[in-house]
Amino acid sequence: MVVGQIHIASEEVARLLSTVPDPEIPVLSVLDLGVVRRVDIDGKNIDIDLTPTYSGCPAMDTMAVDITSALLAEGYLPKVNLVLSPAWSTDWISENGRKKLAEYGVAPPLGNELDKRALLNGERLVTCTNCQSTNTTIVSQFGSTACKALFKCEDCLEPFDYFKCLK
Amino acid sequence: MSLRTYILSLSDNAMILGHRLSELCGHGPTLETDIALTNISLDFFGQVRSYLQYLASIDGDQVTEDTLAFLRTEREHHNCILLEQPNVDFAHIIMRQYLFDVFQLLQLEQQMLSTDETIAAIAAKAIKEARYHQRFSESWVLRLGDGTEVSHTKMQTALDTLYPFVHELFTQNDWEKELVEQGIASDVKGFESRYYDTVFQTLKSANLSKDDIINRYAQGKNGIHTEHLGYILTELQYMQRAYPNMQW
Ligand SMILES: [Zn+2]
Repeated sequence: MVVGQIHIASEEVARLLSTVPDPEIPVLSVLDLGVVRRVDIDGKNIDIDLTPTYSGCPAMDTMAVDITSALLAEGYLPKVNLVLSPAWSTDWISENGRKKLAEYGVAPPLGNELDKRALLNGERLVTCTNCQSTNTTIVSQFGSTACKALFKCEDCLEPFDYFKCLK
Repeated sequence: MSLRTYILSLSDNAMILGHRLSELCGHGPTLETDIALTNISLDFFGQVRSYLQYLASIDGDQVTEDTLAFLRTEREHHNCILLEQPNVDFAHIIMRQYLFDVFQLLQLEQQMLSTDETIAAIAAKAIKEARYHQRFSESWVLRLGDGTEVSHTKMQTALDTLYPFVHELFTQNDWEKELVEQGIASDVKGFESRYYDTVFQTLKSANLSKDDIINRYAQGKNGIHTEHLGYILTELQYMQRAYPNMQW
């Protein structure tokens, strides 16, 4: 089956991977996030390429361990390789993932140009995850984790995270 | 041997600046800048891990990313001296950051074309983060340089202190020239004028002047450092020195 942009030959393996969460944004699975770049299945042997979101993302090691234990528990023999190239991009977050992000309270990334305008020129483009208003302003380019910026809504006054575009 | 020193020079620039920024964790002037600077620090440590894992795979034997990070002496570090300069105040932190961010962005652009696949891949990853770093530091240079009398004076002092170390970023040692010829290392000479154009433009917009600044002797790339590095390493290596081979 095809999940996001990659092909996973076994439905069961795809299902198991979809249960492994991103430890920092637990509503997203590693498949939603687009960090699983290749899954080769040979009987019980599973060879997986995992790519980091940000170079220093402390969640990567946890994800590798979580993937390994999820597959081991079902009798598979997984091998997880950390690969750097091609570099991860927020374009790899699945449609489903973007929806889940917004529901969770993290505004999903805009396209590259819009992202720059929102982050640098202070244009009001990011949608508030609480009331859907775009009357929002940036509080800080850097947020609680490497991948996020901090915004606030001028209508409902809620602060919220914005997942920065990385291209 | 050249390749080894080159990887260390790239990695040590990121590690020493990353460590300086990590000193600000919980001490930033505002919550937002505290979080921004420590996020940037984390990006640098991410780069460091990639470089040192690569180097450990070349060295083989008992060498790991940790032994490389924690068990080298001062003379075995190849970072430029600019990066080990102390935090002093927010003006120094921002100025040091800006002067390096512009350099690193240009360097990473070239490094993506390296004939060494791993070095190119690390650059392709890091450049995306480096763009955010430069936007952040540049906006603060402009805001503070062209701000109040106090902020302007502090920024000018920081520039006077740090600018004399910038020229070292563009020195090329024999080991580096050799790697440039092989297409492995990026040629710093190739983007030197672009660097100065960008920096002068920003400094001008920020009302800062670098006219009377004289370059200072700097041989950090060759392992000769200011006294500041020793203090950094004392803290950075404390656990491994006090409890050899400890793990957690
Ligand atoms: Zn709102």
